[in-house]
Amino acid sequence: MKTLVCLSIVPDTTTNIRFTGKMDALDTTGIQWIINPWDELALTRALEIREQAGSGVTQVSVIHVGLKESDPVIQKALAVGADSAFRVNYSPADSMEVALQIAEVIKKDHYDLVITGYDSADYNGSATGGMLAELVGWTSFTSISSLSVSDSMITLERESDNLTETIAAKSPCVLTIQKGIAKDPRIPSLRGIMTARTKPLTVIEPSASDPGTRILTFENPAPRSKCRMVDPSNVDELVNLLRNEANVL
Amino acid sequence: MSILIYIQQEEGKFAQSFLELASYAYALANQTGGTVTAFVAGGAAESDIKNLGNYGISTILMEAGSSGQPFDNRSSAISIASAASALGATCVLFADNSSSRAIAPRLAVKLKAGYVSGVAGLPLKIEPFMVRRLVFTGKASASIEILTPVKVLILARNSWQISENQVACSIEQVNPAAGLPIPEFEVVKVTGQTGAVRLQDAEVVVSGGRGLKSGDNWGILEELAESLGAALACSRPVADEGWRPHQEHVGQTGKVIAPNLYIACGISGAIQHIGGISASRVIVAINKDPEAPIFQFAKYGIAGDLFQVVPQLTQAVKKLKS
Amino acid sequence: MNFQLTEEQKMIQQAARDYANRELILDVLERDAKSIYPARHVKALAELGFMGMMVDPKYDGSGMDTISYVLAMEELSKVDASVSVIVSVNNSLVCYGLEEFGTEEQKEKYLRPLARGEKIGAFLLSEPEAGSDATSQHTLAEDKGDYYLVNGTKNWITNGNSASVYILIAQTHPELKHKGINALIVDRNSPGISLGPHEDKMGMRSSDTHSVMFTDVKVPKENRLGADGFGFKMAMKTLEGGRLGIASQALGIASGAYERALKYSKERKAFGTEIFNHQSVAFKLAEMYAKIEAGRLLCFHAAWLKDQNMPYGTASALAKYHCAETAMWVTTEAVQIHGGYGYVKEYHVERLMREAKLTQIYEGTSEIQKLIISRDIFSR
Repeated sequence: MKTLVCLSIVPDTTTNIRFTGKMDALDTTGIQWIINPWDELALTRALEIREQAGSGVTQVSVIHVGLKESDPVIQKALAVGADSAFRVNYSPADSMEVALQIAEVIKKDHYDLVITGYDSADYNGSATGGMLAELVGWTSFTSISSLSVSDSMITLERESDNLTETIAAKSPCVLTIQKGIAKDPRIPSLRGIMTARTKPLTVIEPSASDPGTRILTFENPAPRSKCRMVDPSNVDELVNLLRNEANVL
Repeated sequence: MSILIYIQQEEGKFAQSFLELASYAYALANQTGGTVTAFVAGGAAESDIKNLGNYGISTILMEAGSSGQPFDNRSSAISIASAASALGATCVLFADNSSSRAIAPRLAVKLKAGYVSGVAGLPLKIEPFMVRRLVFTGKASASIEILTPVKVLILARNSWQISENQVACSIEQVNPAAGLPIPEFEVVKVTGQTGAVRLQDAEVVVSGGRGLKSGDNWGILEELAESLGAALACSRPVADEGWRPHQEHVGQTGKVIAPNLYIACGISGAIQHIGGISASRVIVAINKDPEAPIFQFAKYGIAGDLFQVVPQLTQAVKKLKS
Repeated sequence: MNFQLTEEQKMIQQAARDYANRELILDVLERDAKSIYPARHVKALAELGFMGMMVDPKYDGSGMDTISYVLAMEELSKVDASVSVIVSVNNSLVCYGLEEFGTEEQKEKYLRPLARGEKIGAFLLSEPEAGSDATSQHTLAEDKGDYYLVNGTKNWITNGNSASVYILIAQTHPELKHKGINALIVDRNSPGISLGPHEDKMGMRSSDTHSVMFTDVKVPKENRLGADGFGFKMAMKTLEGGRLGIASQALGIASGAYERALKYSKERKAFGTEIFNHQSVAFKLAEMYAKIEAGRLLCFHAAWLKDQNMPYGTASALAKYHCAETAMWVTTEAVQIHGGYGYVKEYHVERLMREAKLTQIYEGTSEIQKLIISRDIFSR
């Protein structure tokens, strides 16, 4: 079975998010780019499964839609163990374009399992997986908290707001994963880092696509008001404030 | 503008998020001079469904009971697309939950619609259609234009006041669309999740971090939660250590929630945790370290020993409620 | 002159940083307080390839350059100097000598498991009567034909207990003085080896330090590293690399303390503002940063020279001297910036200060470094 993990590349969590003067684009100066944390967990799980004897998963590839500045980050996926990487050479305006580009790649090659993360830490859309599935006509499962593959048979746990369903699924399918899928992302071994360059990173020219949305401007959040400190010996005052001032009790 | 909203019911009752959705749709219809139709996934008594009329919904399409089938987002997308096309809907709205996030993206492809999730507030403009949402996990917001004639939106949690607007309400039964695919999967087991109050829907959340020192100390938080009718949550290290179930983990790689009141006990306020709670209306922080980063994000704070403060808070809440 | 790191070097630095910040940090305080050996970390770092970083992949090493080694040592040391000294000894003092001077048989038997971290190594040079003055070796390795008979005591041995392979420096021909010293590979399990108790140290308390006593220990002739009498030269060459490892460790201790002090100064308020806004504090941090950056460049330069197969003994002495002195000064000031909080274990900086002190002493005291440097500058 061949697995494809879709990677989004986002600013590191601790980055101060700033926008350009016209407030219409992210100010990328000094930004540390990382693999989207959810996608990293998806990749970790895919690699764990590939390493399990008898899983039936023989290949884990990654795909990213972006420009060549992303290559060093994609190398990290190769360093932790992905077998090959693809980059569609295009700067997508929204999730629809990402899905359209990846769909064209999936249509040309055979994959059994395509995995995306719950959302990406930049635009938090939660859309790519579902859109991709619809474009290629596959079944999709979202909110997947557990994935196992044994002898090419896929078992999932899907969480809705109050239930957990254990599902026996057929390939091919698209999964959107969430918390629980893997514990910690992998730290690449030094050998993995040194050999990442020997693994294929194929650049694919984009297909035609149209975005469904575009971002016009960004706004910084309104400055937070200072925290109102309440004396620990006067807890009643807090309850008072919550009821009468904040109206949340 | 013809607006279609997707509503789920449980035993004839509607969760808060769906009443918010209905109220929002009513307001949007007023803003645009449009109409609202609700598509309700079936299997309940008409008399219960008619309650939506109290929230401004005059037309309801009720899909005949297909409960018993496992949730298949593929089929749901087809059914809703079919209803939307028949209606000529230009805007399809969802509340934020796991089913919506499964259905809406597929629907967007089917209707060739621009899709925005986490929409906060009514559209900034109608021509061109512009909405606002939080981005970078709450660190900023963006104004987004939808370029297509049809729009698919998921509302941000807890971002719209429920308003009662009574209208006469008619229900039309809808048969499942023809040619729905048979689900290509099998649900082998279903387990209910523990916890009296669902974290995603809870208005009040009590959360604990490493400051609790051990999973054995959660009793004081459980009591506080009970007095408030609150759901329980926790920070990532607490879930990783196995002190609390991972469903309670709130944060960047856990759940993102937006309750009215979030009480953080013994949580330092790492940025990944803040990412999961920044849309909360009010954050209260209790931490013995007055320099803890959480106080920069909280509206109210107590720099004290949580083992003293939390039980006192429980007492004060009980006193208030009696 | 290219001052930029390659993508591989950045990934290696990030991998070490991630391991330190995700794993080492979890139990570093407890292990320091109770002097607990970091067994699971040694195993995990071995699996990631950190125990034989510069060893050729044909011997199961990671095949990295020395600059990557410096980066990895710095990142690990920012959080846990006990673990980084275990790593440094295995890499610079043990694997290096075996790879550089060992026969193919010796490499197969010893280098391979050491590079994989399946075995840990120790380097036995210091003695109760001979520290800086390594020419006066009292431990004897008598040539008995097809084996050496070893008697004597070595002390301050890092990895003394955890190691299963020792590189021992001992005197075979006393009349030849330092030209009669040999380097022997000794199996820890050899009969006649006994260990003194675990030293109760000021800092780096999670690494195990012991005296090692040899009573009529037989070491096969084929375990000698290099030609007869080559031992002292081998030790000196080995220490050149070890010196760089410790320089990187000191650099890490300093930058770890500096980063903590910087963060604290931006959060802590006094006299109406964050203490960073008081110039005395800001200037102190600026000085710390200047010394650390200078130290990093000295380490990189020594590493670069080593990778070019150019002489790097003085360069590594400069790096070790500067970084160790910087570490002691920076950590002391970091404690000061933290005020009362700097004096308690929870805030780490007091531990970093205790760790810094050893970097001025071991693998060549600062005085020895100055001796090396002054001898070199005299001839210019």
